[in-house]
Amino acid sequence: MDTRYVYMDYNATTPLRPEVRDLMVRALDVYGNASSLHALGRTAHAEIEETRANVAALIGAKEASAVYFTSGGSESNNTVFNTMFLIGRKQARRKIITTAIEHPCVLNAAAHLKDEGFPVVFLPVDRDGLIDMGAYRAELGPDVLLVSVMAANNEIGTIENIGEIARLAKAEGAFVHTDATQAVGKVPVSVEEWNVDYLTLSCHKIYGPKGIGALYVRQKAPIEPLIRGGHQENGVRAGTYNNLGIIGFGEAARLAKEELPEYRQRVGGLRAMLRDLILERIPMVRINGHPVHALPNTLNVSFPGAEGESILLSLDLEGIEVSTGSACASGSLEPSHVLMAIGLGPELAHGSIRFSLGRYTTEDEVRYVAEKLPPIIARLRKMSTVPLEELAQEIR
Amino acid sequence: MDVFQWLYSDTVKDHFTNPRNVYDPDRDKDFRPDAEGMVGNIRCGDQMMFMLKIEDDIITDVRWKTYGCASAIASTSMLSETVVGMNIRDAYHIRPADIANRLGGLPENKIHCSVLGDKALRAAIDVYLEQHGRAGEFKDESAQIICKCLNISDKDIEEAVRQGAHDWYTLQEATKIGTVCGSCKAKAEELLHEFVHIYG
Repeated sequence: MDTRYVYMDYNATTPLRPEVRDLMVRALDVYGNASSLHALGRTAHAEIEETRANVAALIGAKEASAVYFTSGGSESNNTVFNTMFLIGRKQARRKIITTAIEHPCVLNAAAHLKDEGFPVVFLPVDRDGLIDMGAYRAELGPDVLLVSVMAANNEIGTIENIGEIARLAKAEGAFVHTDATQAVGKVPVSVEEWNVDYLTLSCHKIYGPKGIGALYVRQKAPIEPLIRGGHQENGVRAGTYNNLGIIGFGEAARLAKEELPEYRQRVGGLRAMLRDLILERIPMVRINGHPVHALPNTLNVSFPGAEGESILLSLDLEGIEVSTGSACASGSLEPSHVLMAIGLGPELAHGSIRFSLGRYTTEDEVRYVAEKLPPIIARLRKMSTVPLEELAQEIR
Repeated sequence: MDVFQWLYSDTVKDHFTNPRNVYDPDRDKDFRPDAEGMVGNIRCGDQMMFMLKIEDDIITDVRWKTYGCASAIASTSMLSETVVGMNIRDAYHIRPADIANRLGGLPENKIHCSVLGDKALRAAIDVYLEQHGRAGEFKDESAQIICKCLNISDKDIEEAVRQGAHDWYTLQEATKIGTVCGSCKAKAEELLHEFVHIYG
């Protein structure tokens, strides 16, 4: 039996790069506390500062000192929202603008502020996943404290116009945060070009270890610790340094920056190939996400008539790993909030699959997926109660 | 039970990849059912249809189709094998738990997916009884339908409560009650409280 293994869930997480792994194995012995003044401490300190410079370079930050290490994307995002809570509760300017398609950690952090009495707006998006700029302009005003919009969406890959969003927010004196967890390492990211105050990134999405991430904080932008304690990270994030994670992060960030142009071209080509093969071989599908402003690696497809979890498990039995926006996979009755926000009917949202490609994806793997997928969709559609003809309208 | 272990047990995998008695539009063109029942709503992510051939109250053949997840497919496949040759009264009284046991039990978060098959089966039997001037014959002797959209009876609510559903949310998880039109909610909540009082 064919026991092939094809990983196409790189947006969920990425494997540890061998180069990063090798460095981390050596770093296992860098046990010094980076806050200590003696030699061992200084060695760890030097390694950590090197990582900070690499991360700053990756996100186009002029000052490495603007980068703070955290345990990952969720902590970075929560640190920003917690800061806004502490500022906003004492003043009239406290409105928060975010979007309906954010990662749950932003949605839930924003919902928490709403519970605390802050005015919070979840902006709608269009059919391609771009935020409604008209609605955005209408919400902006002198009462806005924070605008938080993700740089690229994890499910459909749509890239928002962060530069323009920030420009409009700045004109009203609001702070701007972007969750760039999915954008970093896949497309150019620049805190200077975008002129954002805060930017979130995570290491395990760029072939580094889990449990480490960073928050960029522009000089003079307010920031309050989520975790209080020692003076690490200028008092912004207490806790003994995670030497191993940070050292791995440094190498992953360095390689991500160095290889970005090659990555975009190669992975983008493979994504286009997979998309074209699916369109050619499977009737009645819808490609979700923006046709141009999208991550080079993310392909989200709706297969009406076939239920997402059944597709996912059928692919899994062929050794192919993907994810789905179907409710069944999450155990709730609601399909993906992102797919609902772009206006897909539940019939299309429940039958959606996200293929996220990555550094180790090969042309051969794309062909394998394109070969295994059509009979799976055909089989599930054949036993389906959903008449395909009735859904033809929704696909457009 | 761990959902990952369950989905990959040999029995479940077998019924998911080779479902028994599933309707094939090419092969089953000439399948003429005596009764059909359909439950669920694709808006909630799943839907099930059961087709029965019945002679002298015995189920002689069945076909089914679904827009559903792996648990729904595997459970209904198992159910369809079980009911062939069975008296419609006995088939009507099959509990989802009986089917779950044959599949080696069911993980908590998959129970609500797996109950569609037996609901569709009952709906089909009800249609058959109605066609033969025996409307509600089994319902009357055992249960009262609370949720008309999904054909969920007071017995189903009772069973769900006995299995540990002690609030509206877990009752919905277990039975899907009130997930279509929602008009049964008041009556269902009343029963829920009653059964929680008895079994809780």
